[in-house]
Amino acid sequence: MADEYQDGGNEFEREPIPEKALKGPSAFWGMYAGEHTAGTEFMIGPLFVAWGVSAFDLIFGLLLGNLLAVLSWRFITAPIATRHRLTLYYQLEKICGRKLVVLYNLANGILFCFLAGAMVTVSATAVGVPFSGIKMPAFTDLLPTGPAWCLAVLILGAMMTFVAVKGYGFVARVGHLSAPWMLLVFLACGLVMMGKLHSVNLVELLTPAAGTHAQIGFWGVVFFAWFCNAAMHIGMSDLSILRFARKPAYGWASSAGMFLGHYLAWICAALLLVFWVRAHGVDPAKGMAPGPMVYDAVGWAGLVCVIVAGWTTANPTIYRAGLAFQSLYPKMSRATATLIAGSACTLAGLFPAIAMKLLDFVGLYGTTLAPVGAVILVEVYLAKKFGLTRNWAEQTGRSFNLAVLLAWLIPLGCFYAAFLKFNIFPSYLTLPVYLLTGAIYIIAAKLLHRQPPQPQTEPARL
Amino acid sequence: MKFTVKILGPLALALTVMPPLMFMFHSMAGPLMKNLMLAGCILWFATARFFMQGGAK
Repeated sequence: MADEYQDGGNEFEREPIPEKALKGPSAFWGMYAGEHTAGTEFMIGPLFVAWGVSAFDLIFGLLLGNLLAVLSWRFITAPIATRHRLTLYYQLEKICGRKLVVLYNLANGILFCFLAGAMVTVSATAVGVPFSGIKMPAFTDLLPTGPAWCLAVLILGAMMTFVAVKGYGFVARVGHLSAPWMLLVFLACGLVMMGKLHSVNLVELLTPAAGTHAQIGFWGVVFFAWFCNAAMHIGMSDLSILRFARKPAYGWASSAGMFLGHYLAWICAALLLVFWVRAHGVDPAKGMAPGPMVYDAVGWAGLVCVIVAGWTTANPTIYRAGLAFQSLYPKMSRATATLIAGSACTLAGLFPAIAMKLLDFVGLYGTTLAPVGAVILVEVYLAKKFGLTRNWAEQTGRSFNLAVLLAWLIPLGCFYAAFLKFNIFPSYLTLPVYLLTGAIYIIAAKLLHRQPPQPQTEPARL
Repeated sequence: MKFTVKILGPLALALTVMPPLMFMFHSMAGPLMKNLMLAGCILWFATARFFMQGGAK
């Protein structure tokens, strides 16, 4: 959607979206359904099985978590997006100043590279199916599995980078067109697995073997489903998308992505591994690469789906990472920045660790980027109440807002310390970090920001 | 042409989901199901751009 304007030459990056450029609801329903049916969905479903999540926790936890995510888009992101109609970056620049936005972009770009790397990994497992020499990574593999695997990833990564450098309009178009078909392929995988397992009882099929230790329970699933896209909803990254919406109610369109991509697709993908565990005795903890499982279920159409799903989501991610890097050095061409981002993502894709630890990585990604959304939330709803200067950087002409930096880094430092020391599931900490960021921002802004000088007015003559 | 494409698109989607459904109820063999799904895949990518919203852009 925003991309259409990029192609058209006017991205409305530093101005509110004009009335004539607003979009109808169908554009948002289609965009969310397509964007959240990615190659990584083939990893996330089986990872729940590998983690020993119970059937009840998975079915109802995902239901509640996805509902909370939709509500976040509808009642947190969409109202702000349609009120100000600005991109996240421009809104942040007004509050934090240009230098701090550059820091945010750097974090964003690096995390985008890792995310795109995971998508390259998933696609490579499909490319490798016809070639018996390529050793597929298991969930326990953190390093490249051999020279043939490296070659497959390098070729795929190079092709994706080349397309991203050329402009990813074509691939975005393919992604848009293939979204309905991809969803049905996910559904087909689930149907075929139920046929092969001779049961349509989802609760029975998704129940792990007796004695399986569940690494996360109901609330783990809820928080994961809620916050796997935390950067986009509560983190306000989707301001850039929803600013084109005519009214906040368009935020409901996110339900297409959540309940098709993050509910139906995850459960169908989970059934793939359930079959291999039950029929072939695969150790769920070691798992299976998605490519061979999908090929076994639905044949060549499945392989095309894995590659298209990975490619169409990796390409925009590489492109966005390139833009983020370009913002660090504005004189650098977009092509060079995209080439750097693509190379970094290809290198990341060589290591299956990111794809195989996707449940953790997605939590880290969301928790790192989402807190800036709390700053925007405070600015929009609480600044007046607490007597804060709204859009402090713009009002004072400063390029660096220390209050925002402290509010972002202090909770984040505590989060990474807790994650590294106690190995806490990252999605549990997204909400506390988010709320703490908002609270610290209010305190820090009160302490550090002096009110900007008011314009001199003549005293009233009595 | 438009009419044909409008029929072929949904047919492609039907070829993607109906064979697996029939396989689930043991009314179709696995290899035939996979071949029909591949046909659905080719048909979808050949026709989708003509009828999906904004497809001509």
